[in-house]
Amino acid sequence: MDPSTGFDVLPMAEDEPGHVPASAAFDRIAYVLRRLARDHKTAIVSAVVIVLFVLGAVFAPVLTPYDYNDINLSQRLSPPSLEHLFGTDEGGRDILTRMLYGSRVSLIIGVVPTLLSIAAGTLIGMVAGYVGGKVDTVIMRVADVVMSFPSMLLAMVVMYTLGDGTINVFFTMVLVGWAGIARVVRSETLKLKEREYVEAARIMGVRPTRIMLRHLLPNCLPTIIVLFTLEVPSSILTESGLSFLGMGVQPPNASWGLMVSAGRVFLYHAPWLCFAPCLAIMVIVLAFNYLGDGLRDVLDPHLQSQ
Amino acid sequence: MRGNATTSLLRRLLYSLITIVGVAALVFVLLRMVPGNPVATLLGERADAETVERISSSLGLDKPLPVQFADYVLGALSGDFGESFTLGKPVVDLIGPAFMNTLRLAIAAALVAWVVGIACGLFAATHKGALVDRLFMGISLLGVSLPVFMVAMLLQYVFARYLHWLPVAGISDWTGYVLPAIALGWGSAGSVARLVRSSVIEELQQDYIDTARAKGRTKRQVLVLHALRNAMLPVITLMAMQFSGLLSGAFITETVFSINGIGRLSVQAITGRDIPLLQGTTLLIAFVIVMGNLVADLLYGISDPRVRKGV
Repeated sequence: MDPSTGFDVLPMAEDEPGHVPASAAFDRIAYVLRRLARDHKTAIVSAVVIVLFVLGAVFAPVLTPYDYNDINLSQRLSPPSLEHLFGTDEGGRDILTRMLYGSRVSLIIGVVPTLLSIAAGTLIGMVAGYVGGKVDTVIMRVADVVMSFPSMLLAMVVMYTLGDGTINVFFTMVLVGWAGIARVVRSETLKLKEREYVEAARIMGVRPTRIMLRHLLPNCLPTIIVLFTLEVPSSILTESGLSFLGMGVQPPNASWGLMVSAGRVFLYHAPWLCFAPCLAIMVIVLAFNYLGDGLRDVLDPHLQSQ
Repeated sequence: MRGNATTSLLRRLLYSLITIVGVAALVFVLLRMVPGNPVATLLGERADAETVERISSSLGLDKPLPVQFADYVLGALSGDFGESFTLGKPVVDLIGPAFMNTLRLAIAAALVAWVVGIACGLFAATHKGALVDRLFMGISLLGVSLPVFMVAMLLQYVFARYLHWLPVAGISDWTGYVLPAIALGWGSAGSVARLVRSSVIEELQQDYIDTARAKGRTKRQVLVLHALRNAMLPVITLMAMQFSGLLSGAFITETVFSINGIGRLSVQAITGRDIPLLQGTTLLIAFVIVMGNLVADLLYGISDPRVRKGV
């Protein structure tokens, strides 16, 4: 009771229906980890593999005695040995070293643009779903246009306009990636919008931005996390494909796709040039897919696999 | 509710049309945002300003952008997509044969994907939880996770270079399609298998399956005539969308196997900075995808009476 008015004070933010307090979030993470450990051991193994890759990328200079661009022509195209575990390439550069440095590029391109396109897609999809009407129609038409390009072709056209280079790959991936995410978040928003607690908040006069941030966003989060783990591998694949076609990261920078592309010429007499980076791409993409699959089962059983 | 179905069909057609025009506009604007005059780039540094200007105006590049776009759309409607900068031929004459090559490749790849995918999915569904099931599902996830160029190069190395069973690259007869079709169809086979599996498992739990069994149908009859038939609904939609995906996503496969299809032509257009050619291929690919989505929608409506009657 508020003594000055004699009425109950309006509920504080923490009492708003549908609000998730912070301690509940920790409980939820613990629950998810327990479920994963029980039913999805591959997901846990995958998470460990991903962490190992990240550590390898961060500590690359400590882990290897070579520099990624050390040209040593007396050692060119030497097969795997104790000195060079994965052999050397056409310039005598150590392939393991280039792979470790390449994982920096591939992981950053896998994760950062995906985060950006998740942020953009969530915002756009949520506004489209919540506001509805003309705004929704226009946004969804634009998303349709983006999605009726094969992502590879749209990426190629954007790269053509912007020119090669790592930063431009970033832009390209975001431009290609937001639409699919916006579509999923929109349909999730349409469902949540009808729930009683959103209705209640609306009747209480809560502003739309606040409803979206405090009620819709936390409840979309499981879906968004799953989308993230499944989008990262597809970003890594797109980057490696672009670099393979010579339209992505440019030498002397190392990226896995670029290494495969350069090694293709020597496929028949020095297959180890392609082998190691291909293996790296395969392992990291599989790991993210297994993790995403497990998380989907635990967090969001309704989300269909794409 | 016949009228309802017609209006929804018309609305879908209109949406498809808007999407195609949108794609055309997007490509048009994107390609013209490139700094510098494309003609100057094309002619090289030694060309004088006058020549650049003359050729630009003969190609209509000096007009304002909306006028250029209108010209382009009107031309495209009458089958004129302009002339390729680098190959000196009308774009239509280039993308026609290329599209036929891609079409053959896509059909072969779809065959691989669907036969392998449906067979594996069905087998996994009837052996749910067994070792084969887990093995197949593991392999199918591998199918989605491998980069296309890796599968392509692995096939090339083993079957063409090492075993000498099939040609390394290029198309001289049907054997040339085998490896590219497997490389391209591999990923789609994985997703078909997963969908067939989950869909069949769901249908096998329905009541009508018990009815069919009670009528004395054999296990195989129940599986194929009843469960699979109904389980195919979502699969057909996926297949229609996949086919347009196969038609448009062959950039890497065509490059690795040196097939002169739409994908390789697009890559050539980009490396050669050939705007009219790139516009042509992009528009064709977008058209194929939009049509694929439309057909998928319609097939879904035809095969499921609940959707057809607008319930």
